[in-house]
Amino acid sequence: MIPGEFTYHRPSTVAEAVAILASHGDEARPLAGGHSIIPMMKLRMAAPEHLIDLSGVADLKGIREEGGAIVIGAMTTQHELIASDLLASKLPIIRETSLLIADPQIRYLGTIGGNVANGDPGNDMPALMQCLNASYKVVGPNGEREIAARDFYEAAYFTALAPEELVTAVVIPVPPAGHGFAYEKLKRKVGDYATAAAAVVLTMSGGSVSSCSVALTNVGDTPLYAAEACDILTGSTLDADTVNRAVAAAEAITRPASDGRGPAEYRTKMAGVMLRRALARAAERANG
Amino acid sequence: MNDMTPTREQREAALEGMGCKRKRVEDVRFTQGKGNYVDDLKLPGMLFGDFVRSPYAHAKVTKIDASKALELPGVIAVLTAEDLKGVNLAWMPTLAGDVQMVLADGKVLYQNQEVAFVIAEDRYIADDAIQLVEVEYEELPVLVDPFKSMDPDAPVLRPDLEGKTEGAHGPRKHHNHIFTWEVGDAEETDRAFKDADVTIKELISYHRTHPSPLETCQCVASMDKVTGELTVWGTFQAPHVIRTVASLLSTIPEHKIHVIAPDIGGGFGNKVGAYPGYICSIVASIVTGRPVKWVEDRMENLSTTSFARDYHMTAEIAAKNDGTVTGLKVHVLADHGGFDACADPSKWPAGFFNIVTGSYDFPTAHLAVDGVYTNKAPGGVAYRCSFRVTEAAYCIERAMDILAQKLGMDPADLRMKNFVKPEQFPYHSALGWEYDSGDYHTAMQKAMDTIGYRQLREEQKAKQEAFKRGETREIMGIGISFFTEIVGAGPSKNCDILGVAMFDSAEIRVHPTGSVISRMGTKSQGQGHETTWAQIIATEIGIPAADIMVEEGNTDTAPYGLGTYGSRSTPVAGAAIALAARKIRNKAQMIAAHMLEVSEYDLEWDVDGFQVKGNPELRKSMKEIAWAAYNAPPPGMEPGLEAVSYYDPPNMTYPFGAYFCVMDIDVDTGVSKIRRFYALDDCGTRINPMIIEGQVHGGLTEGFAIAMGQEIRYDEMGNVMGASFMDFFLPTAVETPHWETDYTVTPSPHHPIGAKGVGESPNVGSVPAFSNAVNDAFGFLGNTHIQMPHDAWRVWQAAKDLGAHG
Repeated sequence: MIPGEFTYHRPSTVAEAVAILASHGDEARPLAGGHSIIPMMKLRMAAPEHLIDLSGVADLKGIREEGGAIVIGAMTTQHELIASDLLASKLPIIRETSLLIADPQIRYLGTIGGNVANGDPGNDMPALMQCLNASYKVVGPNGEREIAARDFYEAAYFTALAPEELVTAVVIPVPPAGHGFAYEKLKRKVGDYATAAAAVVLTMSGGSVSSCSVALTNVGDTPLYAAEACDILTGSTLDADTVNRAVAAAEAITRPASDGRGPAEYRTKMAGVMLRRALARAAERANG
Repeated sequence: MNDMTPTREQREAALEGMGCKRKRVEDVRFTQGKGNYVDDLKLPGMLFGDFVRSPYAHAKVTKIDASKALELPGVIAVLTAEDLKGVNLAWMPTLAGDVQMVLADGKVLYQNQEVAFVIAEDRYIADDAIQLVEVEYEELPVLVDPFKSMDPDAPVLRPDLEGKTEGAHGPRKHHNHIFTWEVGDAEETDRAFKDADVTIKELISYHRTHPSPLETCQCVASMDKVTGELTVWGTFQAPHVIRTVASLLSTIPEHKIHVIAPDIGGGFGNKVGAYPGYICSIVASIVTGRPVKWVEDRMENLSTTSFARDYHMTAEIAAKNDGTVTGLKVHVLADHGGFDACADPSKWPAGFFNIVTGSYDFPTAHLAVDGVYTNKAPGGVAYRCSFRVTEAAYCIERAMDILAQKLGMDPADLRMKNFVKPEQFPYHSALGWEYDSGDYHTAMQKAMDTIGYRQLREEQKAKQEAFKRGETREIMGIGISFFTEIVGAGPSKNCDILGVAMFDSAEIRVHPTGSVISRMGTKSQGQGHETTWAQIIATEIGIPAADIMVEEGNTDTAPYGLGTYGSRSTPVAGAAIALAARKIRNKAQMIAAHMLEVSEYDLEWDVDGFQVKGNPELRKSMKEIAWAAYNAPPPGMEPGLEAVSYYDPPNMTYPFGAYFCVMDIDVDTGVSKIRRFYALDDCGTRINPMIIEGQVHGGLTEGFAIAMGQEIRYDEMGNVMGASFMDFFLPTAVETPHWETDYTVTPSPHHPIGAKGVGESPNVGSVPAFSNAVNDAFGFLGNTHIQMPHDAWRVWQAAKDLGAHG
């Protein structure tokens, strides 16, 4: 549990950070909350020669509303997400999900940018961002671009982010007022990654589902947006048969690993159970 | 007397003696982060050692090339088995009569086994150098399943034992066999089974887990080449034993070895044995002439230092139709890993597993244990239990439930029917123990009444009906455990460690002003000895506990003792403390008689001094007597007021308890919730009820962890799965249930203060309660036995196999 040697950088602007990244390529890694990279370095599973601490970059902080969307700076901590009144009123599922990440000490340091950018399938925010149809603002040597969360994840720890690029913010379209939501997470203990988790955001109108979005955490090597399940559910009254079909469709896209949380079959089934429970809770919360 | 004279009650309260909920004095430093642990120690010129470890579970080591590591600036040396052979330390004896490699000698037997020891100027350089040591391996077939250890074609794990048909505990019947240990009357037991109305038989496995103390194993060794003295600071539960063993192995005379155990951050059995890290640090310090520190990381601790359990127990009970048990037969397959480094008293290869008759009056029983080698880490320590007692308690408590189910009897009623009766004590068990005291029926009845047992069964029945009607997906289990522990090892007639008898000791010195320093052969790792030992002395000699300093862990100053594990401190050292204190009180009585100019027979003890019988105003307090002891002793008497006592216990002590667990299980996820957990403990005389409660909370939390998911798993290649706290279940405050504690008091008749020891009861007693609750919940669906650990996916799997998912 002793890391190898590395050079520590502490830039104060995004441009400076990107410049350091660009000059060292694969040998450099950004440091956000550090909950993933530092243990990996201590285990010597990661050995970056340059560690770029982003905590001095003021521009990466903060939560604001911008033309129908919520923009959250990448270095905003999970604790700040939980404490935000703006998020509590516009995107309460972020608070609900954040409270299920690890424990308060970790949430004081863990950031939304680190959580979404690392590509760890165990992280909770990526599936939630897919569910909310968020996109990530990314800055590299050639300027800024936006990547949809649903297009961002390629495999475990592999994303659409280039080595010299930095996620600077997440942009989340504000869902309609009165939307129903739920994040259901099954885990073995505080601090554990999900055995399986499901994020649901839906709107109801006259007793039937007018829009629905579903994504799953840690039951594949990427977060999984359950498009087919969404299609099945949209327009339905969430009757038992429809829910069963949607759950089956969601289970069908899972490819979980067998590990200490349980064999693959169990984790797939738990994704279904979490989805079922999230749907029920989201529907109960939805107005209309 | 005037109004200012304290009353007897006030004087008694001022002592904070036995029975007082005295706050833990050691917590003043621990809660401020001012504890002094091994890793806090920084000596001038100190070097750091770290291990190159094997990635393979079973392989030949064909070449070790350290040249690149040695080129790295700051690397002092790299030790291998070849170097250790020069000082005859490539192998070391284990506590179980086996030998163990210190560093890989030609092969490795488990993943992460120590292969080479790198010594460097700091930890970072040491770890960098580890990556540079080139080791060539030739993989060998891996043996993970103990049930396959004695297959005719099983790989030979221990070529060093080739041809040895006799082990430390009798004949070996296979190249991977360690011992067979048999107790009881096989013929008589067979007869009981032949005549039985009902019999049950079940393979009850207790999985491999680990004591996982928060502080890992570590040491600093410092050899002074000028004086020839070796000082070793370490996380030692038994510092004197370490000194003796170090002297025997190193040939450094014992008086030139100083072993110091500073504050220890939990042990739970993990810190009883000797590890390669200690040997290598000592050798490294001898070679370099500089202090050498070795500190394990979490993965090293979980994957290489002593594990616990891995017992596979086939239990059979014979009974009459009315539920009376008539015979018990148990066979155990014990997986010891690559070396038998089980920490038991030397004559007990399966510890005190023959307590497996439990709290029940079995007229006859037979037990056989076969120990085998596998490609797993060595160990088999008592993880917060007396030697193999938690395995035994789990075995019998699970088996009694299975019998109750087969008979259609309530499991509480079955236990009540078969308990050893109060008038049978001292009770001689069919497997050879003499239970000192007990009142099982009273404890069980109190527990059942407090928890509302009959009503809970009614509620459970209603829930089962609702489940069958499809109205709920939740089921309810009630787990009962009525355990009898055997602790306080132990009487020298049958207990020793490598020939050292298992007595313990205390030394008490009363200073002239009436304050006290006392030292014991035990070593607290969190048990609170600094608090409780002072309470025993306070009551015995009438000096306030606040004026009594307790010191442990320095072999230069403490009297020789066997250390702290197996709940032995109170039964053994606790008795030594009381007896040493009584020597002081006896001398004090003579001094008081001289001071009061009466015969000592005219005096009586009264809380904190002696008074003249019938004339209590004529009295001398211990404080006054202490001054006189040094400055005005009776003519002819040696000055001073101190005593040493070594205590060889006449018997073990037998704490017991009644535990009930009420559990709700979500059949669809396998997630269980402990609704209530009630623990009634009878540990005899209670020294500090608050510390007992704390001990019980800690032990219950460990038992909860073990039963519900804490496990050291291996894949078929012998890779350790999840040797970190990400996977190894260590519950936080969030997962830990609320504990309800209670007690009865049945003193030990042979112990000077009647105390029995309690630290390990809650681990021993709770595991069967949790497991029985899970098994009980599924009983109505046809379940007989579900193996531990009961983590969510396995419970879900059990539900699925029983058809509960529709």
